[in-house]
Amino acid sequence: MTPVQKLGNVDAKKRTSQKIAFGFFSFLSYSVVAILFVILGFIIIQGASVISWDFLTKAPEDGMTAGGIFSAIVGTVYLVIGSSLVSFPIGIMSGIYMNEYATNGKVIRFIRVMTNNLSGVPSVVFGLFGIALFVNTMGFGDSIIAGSLTLGLLSLPLIIRTTEEALKSIDDSFRHGSLALGATQLQTIRKVILPMAFPNIITGLILSIGRISGETAPILFTVAAYFLPQLPTSIFDQCMVLPYHLYVISTSGTDIEAFRGMAYGTALVLIAIVLIVNLLANALRSYFANKVKMN
Amino acid sequence: MRKFIEKLVEGGLLLSGSVTSLTILLIIFFLFKEATGLFNSPSVEEGYVLAVNQENPVRHLSPEKIMDIFDSEITNWNEVGGIDEEILLVRLSDLTNYFSEEELGDEFQFIPEKISELVGREPGIIAFFPHQYLADNFDGAIISGDKITLWDFFEGTKWYPTSTPSPIFGLIPLLLGTLLVSVGAIALSLPFGLAVAIYMAEIANMRVRNLLKPVIELLAGIPSVVYGFFGLVVIVPLIQKVLNLPVGETAFAGSVVLAIMALPTIITVAEDSMRTTPRAMKEASLALGATQWQTIYKVVIPYSISGITSAAVLGIGRAIGETMAVLMVTGNAAVIPTSFFEPVRTIPATIAAELGEAPAGGAHYQALFLLGAVLFLITLLLSIYVEFMSSKRKM
Repeated sequence: MTPVQKLGNVDAKKRTSQKIAFGFFSFLSYSVVAILFVILGFIIIQGASVISWDFLTKAPEDGMTAGGIFSAIVGTVYLVIGSSLVSFPIGIMSGIYMNEYATNGKVIRFIRVMTNNLSGVPSVVFGLFGIALFVNTMGFGDSIIAGSLTLGLLSLPLIIRTTEEALKSIDDSFRHGSLALGATQLQTIRKVILPMAFPNIITGLILSIGRISGETAPILFTVAAYFLPQLPTSIFDQCMVLPYHLYVISTSGTDIEAFRGMAYGTALVLIAIVLIVNLLANALRSYFANKVKMN
Repeated sequence: MRKFIEKLVEGGLLLSGSVTSLTILLIIFFLFKEATGLFNSPSVEEGYVLAVNQENPVRHLSPEKIMDIFDSEITNWNEVGGIDEEILLVRLSDLTNYFSEEELGDEFQFIPEKISELVGREPGIIAFFPHQYLADNFDGAIISGDKITLWDFFEGTKWYPTSTPSPIFGLIPLLLGTLLVSVGAIALSLPFGLAVAIYMAEIANMRVRNLLKPVIELLAGIPSVVYGFFGLVVIVPLIQKVLNLPVGETAFAGSVVLAIMALPTIITVAEDSMRTTPRAMKEASLALGATQWQTIYKVVIPYSISGITSAAVLGIGRAIGETMAVLMVTGNAAVIPTSFFEPVRTIPATIAAELGEAPAGGAHYQALFLLGAVLFLITLLLSIYVEFMSSKRKM
């Protein structure tokens, strides 16, 4: 065997091992797609036959084996609105502070470490925190306001991070240009930076709504009601919530089979919320991207 | 005026920026405030009394011994260091076996007297009754319930939070359950996630990546309760059938569901860190005649190893704290796990399942907060580790 031939053999060997490795990686990557489609497909197929106008607009009946999930949908909407009122302003303002104002490296670092830690806190610990502070100490009881505050704080790190990233992606020359024209820092942020960062911030907010509507552990003991067909009348009322409703009807009760249809329907509604939110966010993203290009 | 407004706005923004830090501090404060209450509560249920005959030398019983006595596992006093006498168990409701209703009084006003009489009469008795029925000149000895100690909790191998008269709060079975399920999940999802991350960062073309990105985003967006539901109706029966197990709700089922849930975290973090590999390094490797695959495992992976570790740690953090999905598929048996294919119970699942039944301020409620504090500390350590790794990377 000549040295050149030998080299060729080594090359061939290397190439086969590369082929095997890459084939394996692409197989696993497509399995991730397959996993998603199996989960979505299963729930969509099983749930589609349950979904009807009545299912979406009627209160649960017959110990939750019949009727619809209207009360739970309304509860989820209230919680999403309530928690957004808490987390959107605070989150966006902290994001602006950290990216535009904070100059002291230590302060930024401290806030960032705390925010990262907060995002690592398990959701059930938020539940404990909510019950200790809002439900018991502040005396709100199991209520929409206690649940909204808990969920709002839980989603804070996510919103801060997306705001920060949106602001970071804006080139410093815009800030310098505005300041050079004599604008104050506040004017620069209001008139130049925020309008430019707006699309990305909005996308982040929309995605956070998807996250919030599916959270279960933090609301278990701060707001969620097991069975409460009538709608809440004030923010101090308990309410039914979609994810908790799914948990209840898929695990408790004597006759699990009687609940199954309702469970598939509820799961499908939850999946639909996530899908819609993601599609909306992506659509917005590409819409604004095109708009920027056209300018 | 304008300057004043500017300052005001800046102050407001700083205030918002401090909310997360404040929240962390409040979480720590409330978790530990409620949790430390546990160590002030007596091991015998509050408001109740355990009493024995004066002649009986036993004055001290551990919660586990008390449970064994009330479960009739221990039937003779000599097993707990007392006299050789059969144990006679008397609860308040058993009093009617010893006294007629007239003797107890029509408003039960004679109960304290009668309990005292019974305890004085029966040498082997152990009586359990509410504190309000303790007579002034009680003819018997009261078993002193020790305070629950830190040691009892962290070394306890049993979790019987509702056992009367003496609940047992032992961390070990829950901690082992949590670790078993999480480690199993990471063992499944780390190789899988890394392979996908490598594929996305180094191999796939733009088109494939644009397909995979939203898929991973969606996987991350599916609520945990939906994963739990899917696990319950698909994965659990499948495991039961394929592995021929008596129940499908096992640690393994929990690991499989958690592995799917941890995938997006692992893939995103690992991919991001692989992308930071300088182009010059990769090109140098290729120029030396290395294949793309050799470049990946000799250059890209070693370069991004700290990011990959972070991915694994974040994945573990996600798995350890996950509540609903695990609660729904692991069967929730609070015993020390001996196999991967048995029901187990994790710390977050215990909190979620039991907090509803635990009256606020009671020992059980406090014990659940203590579990929360343990969980919080574990995830905090993991976060700090990731933080440390990433700051090292930046340097």
